[in-house]
Amino acid sequence: MIVFEKRPSPSRFWAAVTPVLAVLATMIAGGVMFWLLGKDPLVAIRTIFWDPLFDPTFGAYSRPQLLVKAGPLILIAIGLSIGFRAGIWNIGAEGQYIIGAIVGAGVGLAFYPTESRLIFPLMVLAGAFGGWLWAMIPAFLRVRFGTNEILVSLMLVYVAEAMLASVSQGLLRNPDGMGFPGSRNFKEYPAAHNGEIIAGTGMHWGVVMALIAVIFAYLLLSRHMLGFQVRLSGEAPRAARFSGVKPARLVLFCLGLSGALAGMAGLFEVTGPAGQVSIDFGSGYGFTAIIVAFLGRLNPLGILLAGLLMALTYIGGDLASLMLGIPAAAIQLFQGMLLFFLLAMDIFTNFRIRLKKPEAA
Amino acid sequence: MDLTSINPVLLIASLMVAATPILLAAIGELVVEKAGVLNLGVEGMMITGAVVGFAAGVNTGSPALGFVAAALGGAALSLLFGLLTQYLLSNQVATGLALTLFGLGLSALIGKPYEGIKSPTLQKLDLGPLGDLPVVGPILFGHDPVVYLSLLMVLGVWWGLGHSRAGLILRAVGENHDAAHALGYKVVRVRMAAIAFGGASAGLGGAYISLVRVPQWVEGLTAGAGWIALAIVVFASWRPWRALLGAYLFGGVTVLQLNLQAAGLAIPVEYLSMSPYVVTILVLVLISARGQHGAPGALGRVFHGTG
Amino acid sequence: MSETRAPEPALLGLEGLTKAYPGVVANDDVSFAIRPGEIHALLGENGAGKSTLVKMIYGLVKPDRGRMTMRGAPFAPASPAAARAEGVAMVFQHFSLFEALNVAENIALGMDRPPAPRELASRIRAVSAAYGLPLDPARRVGDLSAGERQRVEIVRCLLQDPKLLIMDEPTSVLTPQEVEILFRTLRKLAGEGTAILYISHKLEEIRALCEHATILRLGRVVDTCDPRQKSARELAEMMVGEELHVPSRAPATPGAVALELCGLSMPPASEFGTPLRDISLSLGKGEVLGIGGVAGNGQDELLAALSGESLAPAGTIRLAGRDISRLAPNQRRALGLLAAPEERLGHAAAPDMSLTENALLTGAVRERLTRRGFIDWARTRDFASRIIEAFDVRTPGPENAARSLSGGNLQKFVIGREVLQAPEVLVVNQPTWGVDASAAAAIRQALLDLAGRGAAVVVISQDLDELMEISDRFTALNEGRLAEPRPARGLSVEEIGLMMGGAHDLEVSA
Repeated sequence: MIVFEKRPSPSRFWAAVTPVLAVLATMIAGGVMFWLLGKDPLVAIRTIFWDPLFDPTFGAYSRPQLLVKAGPLILIAIGLSIGFRAGIWNIGAEGQYIIGAIVGAGVGLAFYPTESRLIFPLMVLAGAFGGWLWAMIPAFLRVRFGTNEILVSLMLVYVAEAMLASVSQGLLRNPDGMGFPGSRNFKEYPAAHNGEIIAGTGMHWGVVMALIAVIFAYLLLSRHMLGFQVRLSGEAPRAARFSGVKPARLVLFCLGLSGALAGMAGLFEVTGPAGQVSIDFGSGYGFTAIIVAFLGRLNPLGILLAGLLMALTYIGGDLASLMLGIPAAAIQLFQGMLLFFLLAMDIFTNFRIRLKKPEAA
Repeated sequence: MDLTSINPVLLIASLMVAATPILLAAIGELVVEKAGVLNLGVEGMMITGAVVGFAAGVNTGSPALGFVAAALGGAALSLLFGLLTQYLLSNQVATGLALTLFGLGLSALIGKPYEGIKSPTLQKLDLGPLGDLPVVGPILFGHDPVVYLSLLMVLGVWWGLGHSRAGLILRAVGENHDAAHALGYKVVRVRMAAIAFGGASAGLGGAYISLVRVPQWVEGLTAGAGWIALAIVVFASWRPWRALLGAYLFGGVTVLQLNLQAAGLAIPVEYLSMSPYVVTILVLVLISARGQHGAPGALGRVFHGTG
Repeated sequence: MSETRAPEPALLGLEGLTKAYPGVVANDDVSFAIRPGEIHALLGENGAGKSTLVKMIYGLVKPDRGRMTMRGAPFAPASPAAARAEGVAMVFQHFSLFEALNVAENIALGMDRPPAPRELASRIRAVSAAYGLPLDPARRVGDLSAGERQRVEIVRCLLQDPKLLIMDEPTSVLTPQEVEILFRTLRKLAGEGTAILYISHKLEEIRALCEHATILRLGRVVDTCDPRQKSARELAEMMVGEELHVPSRAPATPGAVALELCGLSMPPASEFGTPLRDISLSLGKGEVLGIGGVAGNGQDELLAALSGESLAPAGTIRLAGRDISRLAPNQRRALGLLAAPEERLGHAAAPDMSLTENALLTGAVRERLTRRGFIDWARTRDFASRIIEAFDVRTPGPENAARSLSGGNLQKFVIGREVLQAPEVLVVNQPTWGVDASAAAAIRQALLDLAGRGAAVVVISQDLDELMEISDRFTALNEGRLAEPRPARGLSVEEIGLMMGGAHDLEVSA
């Protein structure tokens, strides 16, 4: 009989090792899945995890994509992880990402075709503000009425998607676009364009901001009283109140921060890699970032690595779909499996597994 | 715009159809939550049920077999959640989210070959002349069997939870799992059974969308129906008849906005189509402003029995 | 009443029962027997292995070694249902009740084949009337007092016509008058031939009730005796295995007013909470005020109102003359009002966080552990180490999780954390609950020393012996009201019981 014994203290060793094991387990299970789809599992795994970085033909194109994809994932996941640590579940980052992009892009387009160095920073602020505002809806409702923030933030994703469809066909539609939906392309508006900072690396301002967010979150959680209160509230809410944490303020802070970061990620995306506000702008980064946050163990440095890994599966997935005809959905499933394996393996962190002989009754 | 084109009788009849998927999922989740488990993976189980049911329906030509397959598919996925949360003691919120993300991916993969196909039609239950009665005919007697099944399930859950021994034990487990364990009840087994029931119900609800309501398969078909079902459980304060009310209310909003779209109301389509979600938020706010009554005591808490 | 009975064959026999958990042997070769109609005490400190032993009898835990017999036949219950089928019933220390369900549903859950609801209700009324334990089957358990809840548990057992009734620390939630009624019920049951295994660490009760005692220490049977023939002190020394250190202090002369409550009323914080009603009180420097009362009469609410977790109406709480009713916990700490709640894990301390982090939990302000919001971890670690050293907390070091400490050690840490911050006023709730005797003595001594240095101390506790031992004045909470405080010295048990609310809705002379 297998029994779980609670460890006196959570194991740091297992906390660090389980994500690696989860990745390995996912590769094995994913290999089986690819085999079931009639593909060579080893080739598929290599195409996803190795070729994007090292293939002589595709590497040059896909290496920069790593940072392009990882940037928004990390930026959003950092914000989410701080809330998750405090037991505040913002799962509507996708909506905040969209609204941030709309508001930020709207501010930029309002200045078109003015050229000024101030426009882009202003757009970043507007994007953050848009995401913050969208996250303040569940935050305010939770604080004022005790409404469940999980459901409200999620519902608001659908509302945001409808608004995206509306503005890309109406308010923000390119007046020179001959009636096609979608805004002006920011690549043709230098003051508002979020281009590569170093050519050929994929490094844009969103990636810089993601790195700043990682450092900020690290300092917050490990050195600052507010970060301590965040962790305390997640682990022992009653103890947090006893210690002097004001739960309402924490809800506003955590949802606001994650909303602002998601909004910023949306702005960097719409002005850079996406290029324009369009109906299909929402690409699911806001949901994948949840996986990234957990895979990184809600730890800023872990999220940095997890974001890169998840970005790799995106690019590798594209490559596998191109080269091997593996459907894009298989990659989504692959990412879901990864989260499952990770959660399942959490038991090693908090429990000791022992084999026990059946008891003689 | 022509509001007279909206027929109230047909509106009521079609809101019942619109509400049925959510009602099925909500009544299942209600039982799960009454057992003290919060499964946020309803959306994932629904969409899996939708695709599995559609595939089975198309391949066998029998919608009934499609529903059976959908229930089994939803239950199988929910048992994965059960394994993680009940045996491996993972966080229920995180695992539920994982289930949804997993289900969305899985359904997209399974559904690829089925896009653009039409499903076999589920015949309406033939109730003879009853269906021809004016007004009550289309509303009460003009539906397919699954609509009646969903109503029977509400009745069954109401009776089962409130008046049967099994329901009493389930409520006890959800209220205080330590006390239930001390009295010798198998907390984990009771919860696994509830989770499987919830999964099967969500699967049925999903299949109703793909086999009856739409009826075809497109990626992301459920469009948040699972989340709305979760909201309806809160709205219902964990009471079966109020879940019925909530689901029909939501169905009403959905059908009304579709009718208004068709009638060419001056409001842009996007604003009409976001209205069900906005209404759900408003209802949640109203309910929570009254204070949360009736939430099971052990909802979402991890149970680790010793000895 | 049963002294002249001829030796009967044992109802339940235990032979060499052993049960080990990782790192601790809970029961080691435990043997004894209980005869029908006998009230048998199982006496021991917290952690002596009493709970594990009764869980084995009730089928919740399987022994590693040893065997049990019931009426001479082998007895190895695989589940509580199997134990119940053999006539074993149990009243739990922490009630196994469901607050949102009604009395009848709660009772039905404890039975294996409950009758139809209507018949069950009439049987509940019949049994509760026969034993003087009035109960309304339709009432929701969450609305009942602690004493009434225990009645639900007892009636649940009685309906199954038990041969052996196990009672785990049943009196910790009762007033002295209610204890008297309980004892009458138990004696009546014993007179009818039911064996009772009575678990407690309260010596006077065991001397008053039981005719046989088995004493456990560190999982082993160390002695057996007839408790009626022993003094409380002798029993205590058998239980602890050493001479007890009785806290001592110089008699205090209360100084200037340190803490004042004027007409403090608060609504209940939760659905099943208790409101505070018009509490007034004045406490001098150097004084120890004991607040007794049965659990659930407003203790948690009073502590929350004083610690600042819930904000009181303006003007109701004054610290050294200053109105602090609307101040947050840390503002109160800065002014010198500190508190230690009852629940160690999850309220006073965060289980999965290290002792260093737990030191920061309340110490940030007074110990200046932060600078412009940034935490000085070195200073914090030093503070945690000082607590560990000064209060003899047994742990490998401050980096260990709070959860890894034993109850007594964690409680010493929690109390020590507040005491070392040199409070003007310290409020503690159940400072020695579930703590072994030597740690309890150390904690009480620390509280007295603190008062000796001029601080005012409020001790909320359900342990009357403890309150009598350390308090200058005594009062009690009853349904959210506070009785007029009286000098502790010379108070009789009857007077204390009446301050605690007497026997609530029961007739003492029933």
